[in-house]
Amino acid sequence: MSNPDTAAPASAKNVVEARKLSLVFGEGESAVHALNNVDLSIEDGEFVSFIGPSGCGKTTLMRVIADLEKPTGGEIMVHGGTPEQARLDRAYGYVFQAPALYPWRTVRRNALLPLELMGMNKALREERVAKYLGLVGLEGFEKKFPWQLSGGMQQRVSIARALGFEPDLLLMDEPFGALDEITRDHLNEQLIHLWQETKKTVVFVTHSIPEAVFLSTKIVVMSPRPGRINKIINCSPPPDRTLDWRETNDFLEVAHEVREALRAGHSYDD
Amino acid sequence: MTDAAVTAPGVSWFSRLKDSRVGPVSFMILVIMVIWYAGAVYLNAPRVIEQFERGKVQWTASQLMDKAWSMKRPILPAPHQVAVELNKTIFQKKITSKRSLVFHAWITTSSTLLGFAMGGLLGILLAAGIVHVRTLDRSLMPWIIASQTIPILAIAPMIVVVLGNLGLTGVIPKAIISMYLCFFPVAIGMVKGLRSPDPLQMDLMRTYSASTSQIFWNLRWPSSVPFLFASLKVAVAISLVGAIVGELPTGAVAGLGARLLAGSYYGQTVQIWSALVVASVLGMALVYTIGLIEKFTLKAMGAKS
Repeated sequence: MSNPDTAAPASAKNVVEARKLSLVFGEGESAVHALNNVDLSIEDGEFVSFIGPSGCGKTTLMRVIADLEKPTGGEIMVHGGTPEQARLDRAYGYVFQAPALYPWRTVRRNALLPLELMGMNKALREERVAKYLGLVGLEGFEKKFPWQLSGGMQQRVSIARALGFEPDLLLMDEPFGALDEITRDHLNEQLIHLWQETKKTVVFVTHSIPEAVFLSTKIVVMSPRPGRINKIINCSPPPDRTLDWRETNDFLEVAHEVREALRAGHSYDD
Repeated sequence: MTDAAVTAPGVSWFSRLKDSRVGPVSFMILVIMVIWYAGAVYLNAPRVIEQFERGKVQWTASQLMDKAWSMKRPILPAPHQVAVELNKTIFQKKITSKRSLVFHAWITTSSTLLGFAMGGLLGILLAAGIVHVRTLDRSLMPWIIASQTIPILAIAPMIVVVLGNLGLTGVIPKAIISMYLCFFPVAIGMVKGLRSPDPLQMDLMRTYSASTSQIFWNLRWPSSVPFLFASLKVAVAISLVGAIVGELPTGAVAGLGARLLAGSYYGQTVQIWSALVVASVLGMALVYTIGLIEKFTLKAMGAKS
């Protein structure tokens, strides 16, 4: 991306900058417009949630940021360069819908994987893994194999694995989607602590309104067919919030606004 | 068997074996023995009766059975005749003697193992090539399949003659025939195994911008291990077949194949059957050994017990 037109001054501060971004799968009549004219900026240190019904392109948008999909139109910059450059620089950690742990590696060695691939020296990578497994509350489980852990613990391993190489940007694609609500609430609280401690930029895909409102400083409401951004809601949740905050009026107001925005996207469809 | 191993952690291996295996296995052996003895009478009786009639002897059923089970060159020797021959050629002869079946079994085993090693390696290399290079995927597969449609008995003599002209004799031609047979299941199994990582596991490697060789060693190779062992079990068994077939056209003087050939020249059916028994025991031992290595490897890789 050496095109001088795209070097906007704002991009230095922004972690992600998308303009008129489009992605079409297939051609002709069977073409699927996964993303249509998406404009989005994500600033350093923000916690941004993409929310919307299935097929609204939230995961696709995340995959474009991660260079796992190539856009068919528009522009996107990650850390001021192309997504590919960001991927090659290992500028982000990606947490998938499923833990995607390698079953033949123990918890410790799963968390070590990216550090080994990146050629980090042995002492440092052991230190990092111990630190982040501790941060997600998994000390004592280092020698277990993934199948010996519950789904929630497996997903925590995958979060520790993504944190281990200390990327500035954390991309989380419905990481708690497959978990029960109790586990999910618990991990939401942990994630907030983690975000506050590490000061990372987090991009988070979800289809749960309470989850999005609880976690985010910015909520991106998306709609399907074609996948597009409906509304961007800025919010400022109290930094020391607990799960109880979900019962306050502040919370319910934002949740209501999100629900209205989602509904607006649907009525457009009918 | 694995079920029994899971349910009874505290019980000794012997009683587990007894519970799960010995009963059915001995019953099957009994059935086979009955059929075998009956078959020996049925097949050998005409010649025994002929002998009786020539000698104008009155004969009873028990005499008939006695004779049918103790002929020198029976159509089908009785199990105990084979057992006596096995005892004589395995335990009563020096291992280095040319009359020792252990000696012959070793000759065959050595070319089996060499062929198996070469074939396994070839299979893995072909699979790795096919998985990584699109052109190889398209161009190599038809040839690999075609190679197995040619009967090994037809191509074995050619291999022996060609290699003989190149100055390669002894264990090499036999091992190459083994390799020709056993690379196939390994190649097919490993193509599947190396492609077995799910898209998420591959995406993960991509987010780390891992190199092709990093993906191979950290993801594709470990994912393929169960497939590898499944195909190695097939491969080692047919590798033994290859080695025995390879001994037939070489006019080999040693090896189980040579024993079979010599036995059939001279109508020594007892000798043929003993060689067959040793060959099948050898085959089982090889497959079992691979199974054992598989068990330990998968355990080290965190498989559920």
